[in-house]
Amino acid sequence: MKTIDIFEETYAALSSNKARSGLTILGIVIGISSVIVMVSIGQGAQGTIQSQIESIGSNLIMVTPGAQRGTGISVSAGRGSARTLTQDDADAISKEITLAQAVAPEISGRYQVTSKGKNTNTSVVGTTPEYPAVRSMEMDEGSFVSAQNVLSLSKVAVLGPTARDDLFGENAEAIGQKIRIKSIEFKIIGITKAKGGTGFGSQDDMIFIPLSTAQRFLAGDTYVTTISVQAPDSESMSAIQQEITDLLLSRHHISDPTLADFSTLNQADIVSAASSVTQTFTILLAAIAGISLVVGGIGIMNMMLTTVTERTKEIGLRKSIGAKRRDISLQFLIEATALTFVGGLVGIILGWVVAFFITYFGVLKTQISLFSVILAFGVSAGIGIVFGYYPAKRAARLNPIDALRYE
Amino acid sequence: MIEIKDITKTYKTGNIAFQALKGVSFKINDGEFVAIMGPSGSGKSTLMHIIGALDTPTSGTYLLDKKDVSKLSEDELTDIRKDKIGFVFQTFNLLPRATVLRNVMLPLIYAEVDPDERKRRAEAALTAAGLDTEHFSHLSNQLSGGQIQRVAIARALVNNPSLILADEPTGNLDTKTGEIVLGTFQKLNEEQGRTIILVTHEHDVAAHARRIIHIKDGQVLSDTDGHMRKIIKRP
Repeated sequence: MKTIDIFEETYAALSSNKARSGLTILGIVIGISSVIVMVSIGQGAQGTIQSQIESIGSNLIMVTPGAQRGTGISVSAGRGSARTLTQDDADAISKEITLAQAVAPEISGRYQVTSKGKNTNTSVVGTTPEYPAVRSMEMDEGSFVSAQNVLSLSKVAVLGPTARDDLFGENAEAIGQKIRIKSIEFKIIGITKAKGGTGFGSQDDMIFIPLSTAQRFLAGDTYVTTISVQAPDSESMSAIQQEITDLLLSRHHISDPTLADFSTLNQADIVSAASSVTQTFTILLAAIAGISLVVGGIGIMNMMLTTVTERTKEIGLRKSIGAKRRDISLQFLIEATALTFVGGLVGIILGWVVAFFITYFGVLKTQISLFSVILAFGVSAGIGIVFGYYPAKRAARLNPIDALRYE
Repeated sequence: MIEIKDITKTYKTGNIAFQALKGVSFKINDGEFVAIMGPSGSGKSTLMHIIGALDTPTSGTYLLDKKDVSKLSEDELTDIRKDKIGFVFQTFNLLPRATVLRNVMLPLIYAEVDPDERKRRAEAALTAAGLDTEHFSHLSNQLSGGQIQRVAIARALVNNPSLILADEPTGNLDTKTGEIVLGTFQKLNEEQGRTIILVTHEHDVAAHARRIIHIKDGQVLSDTDGHMRKIIKRP
């Protein structure tokens, strides 16, 4: 039997019972399209989280203070509020770790901030001129805190756009205006660009002032709450992280690294931790969708078994006029595969459309990968073969005499 | 040419063995029109299955055109059916949602004949079976019983077989249409020299053949030519 004839026979057989073929295909369509949509939601979430993490800076290592752990009862004051990191540590890092591209120490705290008639409680960050580069931040207008500002303990402030909106009204002209932090007057010299995102504390609702000013007038001490270190590339990150750890351990006279009174956080670790979470999430979604695909496959098998029973006489006739076992099994197998093939194709298109509308209406961000399309298609073809094999074998095994007699 | 020597067929179901054929021998030459007659349970269906290469005998030999087909495998039997035998069934067995032409071309699909040649041969076979050209593109369920059986005859003719095997071809037809169908067989035999074997339990149907082999209890009861018809009818 020629290949083209098999396809003609398949078309004739499937189109002779359009409603049943259509419903069977629908099962596969739902299965495939839900796999596509679920995977696209998972991958979209992964992309969103990744870009949020990346928005806090690139190739970043963050050193934060931590309570010193020792024998006996220890009281942890909570991460970030301990005062074990100092300005000197930051200076030592920038001096001794030559690989580091930029080092930006910061001291942050929440203060009540007031302007003419309005006030807000927000995060005030004292930092150095390296900060925008390290945290990949851009200026909207004006300029950031300069080295001169830090040296001369200038009372100047740079506002994030949200802080500006809160204090002066939406998009109001704020440069040159005055605000009071802890009753100390600061002059506004710049506004940062909005970054969006709420992942790790919105960087839009912040006020930046010179580090030295914050230490002297707000905190009254020289400790820092975070030292952000930028590595030149992702490869050197773990080496730099190790060097920082060694340097600070020796500076703090701690011999056992497990008792360190600070912790270093590598941005790559955050990214990989987050992506492993979203990956698990994606697999979970795909597995749920996969169940509907299997149900669709069983639908195919059910239809094919019914078809074989219904067409027993036809099979007997075909065998009596010269169809071999192979011809019969191939015909039924191709019928099953054609159903899943069409179902897979429609399912991919439907999944694509649904994913597009999910993004379009802003419910969630979705991302369709070529891999998931190829996988879905492969699975649907595979289901046709797997679930079509048994009915096809059953058809091929029929004895022509019994098949012709079948009523 | 068909040569059957000492054929037996035993069916076994569990411990019970049933011998459907108990040593049958005869010879049918090319161009003969033979009726195999017998009541139900006589073994004529079993014999027809063996002649039609749908089944193999338990013992004995069956030569079809000098080729021994009594010990072939399933796929080899399929090839014999494809090349040498055309079947006409009591229940017609046409594909219901296919056109007349497609039904007749079906055996040629398995014989891997080119599409153009298929159509030409199918049309020739339909004409030989006496169907009007206007019905060629009709679906088989739009035809009358007599027309359907002529389509089935055309399907049996289309691969130019050595032998046409008709199993109760008039069983589902009224007498008048049955006569027309039997007339078609007679015409094919007389004008084209086709070898036709008609399996039936009705005397009137068998009477159209030129030779009648009477089977009873798995054995040949009588083998008479057309002039002896009345002798067979008597008992």
